[in-house]
Order: sequence, then structure tokens, then C-alpha cells
Amino acid sequence: MADARKLPFWVDNILLPTLNVLAAFLVSGIVIWALGNDPFEALSLLVQGAFGYQEAVGYTFYYATNFIFTGLAVSVAYHAGLFNIGGEGQAMLGGLGLTLGVFLVGGSSPLLAVIFGILGAALFGALWAFVPALLQAKRGAHIVITTIMFNFIASSLLAYLLVGPLKRPGGQMPESADFPDGVGLLQLHDLLGMVGIDYENSPMNISFLIALLCAAGVGFLLWRTRFGFELRVAGQNAGAARFAGVSVSRMTVMAMMLAGALAGMMGLNELLGEQHRLVNGFTQGAGFVGIAVAFMGRNKPVGIVLAAILFGALYQGGAELSFDMPDIQREAIVMIQGLVILFAGAMEHLFRTPVRNLYGRLVKKGAAA
Amino acid sequence: MPDDRDLAIETRSLTKRFGDVVANDGLSLKVRAGTVHGIVGENGAGKSTILKMLFGFYQPDGGEIRVFGTPARFENPAAAMAAGIGMVHQHFMLVEPFTVLENIMLGAEGERNLDEARRKARQALLLLERQFGFNLPLDKPVEELPVGVKQRVEILKALYRGAEVLILDEPTAVLTPQESEQLFALIRQLKADGKTVLFVTHKLNEIMAVTDDVTVMRGGRIVAERRTVDTSAGELAELMVGAKVARAKARETVEGKGVRLALENVSATDDQGHEALKGVSFEVKDGEVLGIAGVAGNGQTELLEVITGLRPVTGGSIAYEGAVVAAPGKVTDPISLRRLGMAHVAEDRLKTGVVESFSAEANTMLGYQREPDFSRHGILRLKALAETAKRYFESQDVRPRNPKLAIGSFSGGNQQKLVIAREIARDPKLMVIGQPTRGVDIGAVTKIHDQITEHRNAGKALLVVSADLDELLAISDRIAVMCEGVLVGIVPVEDADEKTLGLMMAGEKRKAG
Repeated sequence: MADARKLPFWVDNILLPTLNVLAAFLVSGIVIWALGNDPFEALSLLVQGAFGYQEAVGYTFYYATNFIFTGLAVSVAYHAGLFNIGGEGQAMLGGLGLTLGVFLVGGSSPLLAVIFGILGAALFGALWAFVPALLQAKRGAHIVITTIMFNFIASSLLAYLLVGPLKRPGGQMPESADFPDGVGLLQLHDLLGMVGIDYENSPMNISFLIALLCAAGVGFLLWRTRFGFELRVAGQNAGAARFAGVSVSRMTVMAMMLAGALAGMMGLNELLGEQHRLVNGFTQGAGFVGIAVAFMGRNKPVGIVLAAILFGALYQGGAELSFDMPDIQREAIVMIQGLVILFAGAMEHLFRTPVRNLYGRLVKKGAAA
Repeated sequence: MPDDRDLAIETRSLTKRFGDVVANDGLSLKVRAGTVHGIVGENGAGKSTILKMLFGFYQPDGGEIRVFGTPARFENPAAAMAAGIGMVHQHFMLVEPFTVLENIMLGAEGERNLDEARRKARQALLLLERQFGFNLPLDKPVEELPVGVKQRVEILKALYRGAEVLILDEPTAVLTPQESEQLFALIRQLKADGKTVLFVTHKLNEIMAVTDDVTVMRGGRIVAERRTVDTSAGELAELMVGAKVARAKARETVEGKGVRLALENVSATDDQGHEALKGVSFEVKDGEVLGIAGVAGNGQTELLEVITGLRPVTGGSIAYEGAVVAAPGKVTDPISLRRLGMAHVAEDRLKTGVVESFSAEANTMLGYQREPDFSRHGILRLKALAETAKRYFESQDVRPRNPKLAIGSFSGGNQQKLVIAREIARDPKLMVIGQPTRGVDIGAVTKIHDQITEHRNAGKALLVVSADLDELLAISDRIAVMCEGVLVGIVPVEDADEKTLGLMMAGEKRKAG
């Protein structure tokens, strides 16, 4: 039937998301205007703040890196038919695993410490997702509920460890001791400096590249491998999965562990890339933003990377905006982000039907002419 | 010319488009008031579309609908109901745990106080029941009722809402022949009381049995209108497909009949843990088609599942080529069974046989994704897959010829052709087929039946579960009948006819033949 007819790639993946974001900006603009500010000036400050100078770009991509990891974590689970709300908790435990990995090796071999840190991040993230997955697969405990609960447990666990056993000796803050010297990921300005390019300091680091590799890997895994095919079959149609000899409960567990590992890797960016210690609350809600990123990116790796950059820009540009326009407070920025999520995620179909009808008419006219 | 008012429903140049597909092309349908009017056509002929416009699910793109001479525009089903049109859907729209009474008054309570509403509804229903000769258990939950009774609840529900015109969409698909007869009696009663019935089916003998007029649809158009007395099932069939219906391929005698599959005292439970199969025993030999008849829900689904490795048995055993593949505590997984040469055409295509949102191409490997032609070292061989899909599309004449489209966007017949191609491609020694032609148009039915017969003539074994007795009579060598999880008996097709099978489906024992 015609309803199932596919729109061309560019309409589906570029035009529609653009329309949705524009609609979100339009409504945001009205609110900003109602607050007594010039919406066009606000927009220009936002864009300037996100992309206007080297440091801004660096920060935008630094935030985006977090969102790529957490967005992929939501998306992998989504393709297996699971709504993973637990990215936040999985990222926290990933940070814990990373820190333990780093301190296990210590400062004697920074490279080995980094590798152990990365493995620890993925492993702990995966294990934190394993428990809700197992409860879902074996006992039917709904993954949405259990992953939400696990976020709270993770948060409490991290807080306990960081005011207790893991606290920096003699420190006052809920944070661990610094990683040994040299344990960390290269930042963009370091890298560019090596080839003689001068770039302003920013926390953007090579975990952005690792995130891109993960996105490519997820794409390959889901659409080019048998495992990915079976995972998607399990997610779309449990009956067909059984028919095809695929165990849905096994896929539930595998997909969630993969998702947890991806969310856990967020610590690469935050901890290895910038903070060089485990800080309580370092995830800053990125696990939840990942949900919006995954949906806005239509659960495809390329879309997730683009949506993550958009949200990174909103974070960075928004911070600048509230600095330059004191009337626009932090809450207003959250509102703009909320509107983007609303239009791009929840109301995604607002423009879809009219655009499809218009496109159908244009194509017919084109064919008749 | 009859007066407009004599027409219960009239459509003038009614047109409905989906994108550039014209589903209904200038339909001018005339349904005389107080008659039973049949609409026949293949799947995809546009029957559902016109029904959905008449009932306000779709709005026409052109033309008009008149109800008793008055132009009508239905924005939604409520508007259609207000105009006196009632519809009984193929899949019932009932709230299973609610009682009959509650289901009927749902949405038409008329009162804020439910007790008061119940009292009034009960009064009105008793009157209606007396008028039309119903006798429904008003206080029983709908889930406890047999299918035929649920259908009556739907009909009464429509009458309660003041339906003058009753649309029945494929009403007999779920009924035994006996239940169908009771439905026909009710239809005649409705007609006698002045109601108009629009009866949609693809079973021509039903059209002949119960209608006054018949409209034939093909390719979104009305191709013929006949008084039922002036036509025959043969003529209607020709009109529906636009060409003489090819006769099914002849069954040849096949030598050397080894036992391919043997069930011994097999028992199994359904998803709710109720006993669904009770000591079922039979054999399927090479070179034969064993048909399984029975009203839906009498254990056939579970039977298919235990044979194909999707459900464990709780008692007895299943042997394939003499080796036990299923017994209590022993399940052979579907992939291993496929490798042993057992193919499975799933009964519920969309729930089991395909992944609706995936491309036809991706569905081409469903179940065979681990075979070396589709994946190697865990990596999918997308090019080989595309070639295989293209080959299946051509050999089976699947349309539209685009394997990249989601399988859900193909018609039921084309989906099934692809599924059959997938399952028959490896020349299986045993094909287990559930509902080979459910939701499949007549052109494709013949092709599928031919393929089944050819496979049988090649000396292979087939087990076919079908709700369509005519189909089983056409393709089977022997027909086994199931009722309430018990195999009532097996009759050679030469000794079988609708009447004996119908009685067996209702549970009447018969000596196994």
C-alpha cells in the first residue's frame, strides 16, 4: 500500500529532522520573545556559543561524545525490542569500572592503565545492564522499571564509594584521587599541536573518534552480521524469532550487555579525557539525553552521531547563551532542549504526513509532466 | 428504475486512492433494501476498502455514498452507525473479559449510572432477541463463548445500535460448516425482518447459498453485478480472476512410501497451560499430503508447533525418519529440524512466518540465516541474499518486483508466495504447512496448490493444516480431523466430503480409515 511507500533518504533523514528542529526553535523563539529578549539575537548567541570559535567547537564535540555513547546504548537495546532507560546508571558503573581498572594497573604503565580503564568501563557497564536483562529474560520483570531502579542504585552506590572507600585521601569532595600521571586520552589541541596546528584548549579528546568507531561498529553489527539480524528479529517479532531458531531471552541479555558496555564507555570521554578522576555525578544526565538522541537519530548510527552533535551544540551554546543573556536562565536552555526532544521525538509525525502527501503529489505531477 | 429509497446503500463513482494506487476506482454499487447482497473478489480486489468507506474508517477521494437515498459523509464509524450501518468485522471487536451485556452496551450506555444503563439495555436486548430469535447468555464473559456465539454477539451489538444495514466481513472464515449454516439461517431471519445484509466473502458456495444479488470486484473495479439466481459459482469464479480457473494439478501415484513422520500419543499444553493436544497419533508417509481439518483452536496450532520444534511435548513422542526428535524433556530446535529436511510454512504469517517491518529480501533468509549461503563466519552475505531474493521473486512471480520493500507492504498472496519459495527452495523431505492459502488471492491459491501437489508427486511428505475444507479436499491424500485436542479420525480423501468432515469437526467419532 501507498502508506508503506518509502520516502527518499534525504526527506526522511534530513528534511524532516530539520523541520522538526526548526519548529522547536520557533516555539523557543516565541518564549524567549515573551521573556523580553530578542529571539534572533538569542539564536545567534546560541550558534556562536556552539560553533563560533575553536574552544566552543571543542566543547560541543566533547558533549556530543557523551551523547553518542549513551545514544548508541539506547539504540542497540531498542533494536532488540527493549527500552533501556538505564544508560545513566550504566554510565556511572562504567566510570567506576574505569577507575578501578586504572588504579589496578597504577602509574607504572599509563598505556596499560588506559586499556584496563577502557575494558573496566565496558565490563562494568555491561554487568550493570546484565542484571535487569536477566530479570527480564527469565522472570519477565519489565526492563523499563528495573533499569530506572538500577539508576538510583548506581547513583547511591557511587555516592557511597566516593565519600567512603574511594574518596581522595584527605579530600573534602565526593571524588576519587587523581589518576596517575600520564593516564588519560589525548585532547584535540594536543593532537593538533603534534602536527604543528595551534588550537585553543578544549576538553574534546580522542574518545570522540572511539565513539565514531563504536557507531560504525554498531551499524556493522546490526545490519551486516548474523548476530545483528537475529537481534533485530528478536526485537521485532518474538514469534518469528522462535521460528528462526533465535532465543529471545539470550538476545535480550546480549543486547542489554552490549548497550551497558556502550553507555559505560561514556567515562572514556569524561574521566579519561578530561577529569582524570572519578567524580560523583559525572554523568550529568547524559544517560537520559541518550534516549532523546537515539530517537531523534531514528536509532541509526549516522542519525545518532548527528543528533548527538545537535544536543552537544545545545548544551555548549546554551551555556554561553545564559551567560550572555542573564534573563535566559539555565532552565530556559533546558526548555529549548525539551522542545527539541518534543518535536523531534514525541511529535515526529507532525510533519511526516503532510510532507509525504506533498511529496506524493509532486512526484505524480513530475511523472505526468 | 427503482426509486432511490429502495436502495439501502448506493455508491456513485466512489473512488479511493492511496498515493498512486487506486484501491477503489469509480465504484457504483447498488444494494437493494431488504436483500442479502454479496460482494466477492480476490484479496486486493478492493473489498475491504469499500467496506471501510461505508463504515467511516476511510473517507472517499471521489464520488458519494447514499444511504436510503440520502447522501452521507461518514467522518468516523460513529457517524456510519448513526446512519444505521452496522459492521461485523472479521476479527471481532469484543472486550473478552466483559460480559455479553457489557460488550453490547459499551459506548452506547446512554446513562451515567451503569446499573440503570444495564437495566435498560437488558430490556431492549430481550426484545431484540425475541424479534430475531437470538438466545445469548447476556451475563457470561465473552471469552467463555465459542466463536460462532461471539459472532452473534457482534451482530446483536450492531442491531442494538439500530443497524438497518448489516455488513458482514468474511463472517464464515472462523466457523464450522454447521455454524455457518446457523449463521445463514440468522441472515435469512434478518432479511425477513426487513434488514439489509451486505455479505463479503471469497467463498462462492456461500454466495450462492444465501444472497439475492452479487457484485464481483476485481482490481479495484466492479466487474459484474448479477442476480444470484441468474449466475453460477463457476461464472463468478471466472469473473473474479478474469480467466478460467485452472484445475489443480493431478495427483500421481507415488511408489515407495516410507514413514517420514510419526506421532505417537503426543500431548502438549497451550500457552495458558491448558491441555491442547491429547494423545495424538498419526503418520505421514513420503509421497502423500496429510490434511488436518478442524475448527480453529482445536489443537492444530499446537500440533504444528510441537512438530516444528516450537513447543515441547508433555507426553508421547515424535519420530522423524524413525529417530525421536521430540519427547518429554527433549526438544529439537527449529534450525536442526530444518537441517534434517523439515520445512515449516507458519500458520500465522505475520506473527511467525515473516518480520513485517523487514524487507522482503531480509525475510528471504529468516530461519536459514545460519546456512552458509546467507552467512559466513557470522557475516551476512548480502549480495548472495539479494540474488536469492531476486530468484524467488521471479520464480514465484511475486509482485511488485522489488525485494527491498518491507514485506508488510506486499499483499497476503505475494507474502505467502515468497514464504513458500523460501521453504521449498531446499527441497525439503517434509513440509509442514499451516493455512497454505489464508489471505491469499485465487490466482496465487492455484499456484500454491500446484506446488504442494508437485512436491508430493516428487515423493516428498507434506502435512497441511487448513481451515478451508475445500482446500483440503483438493490437495490431500488423507484428511485427519481434530476436535478439542483429540484426533477424531483419519479418512482417505475419496471417502471424505464436507458433511462427514463437518460432523467429525464437531467431535463425532469415526472409525479411522
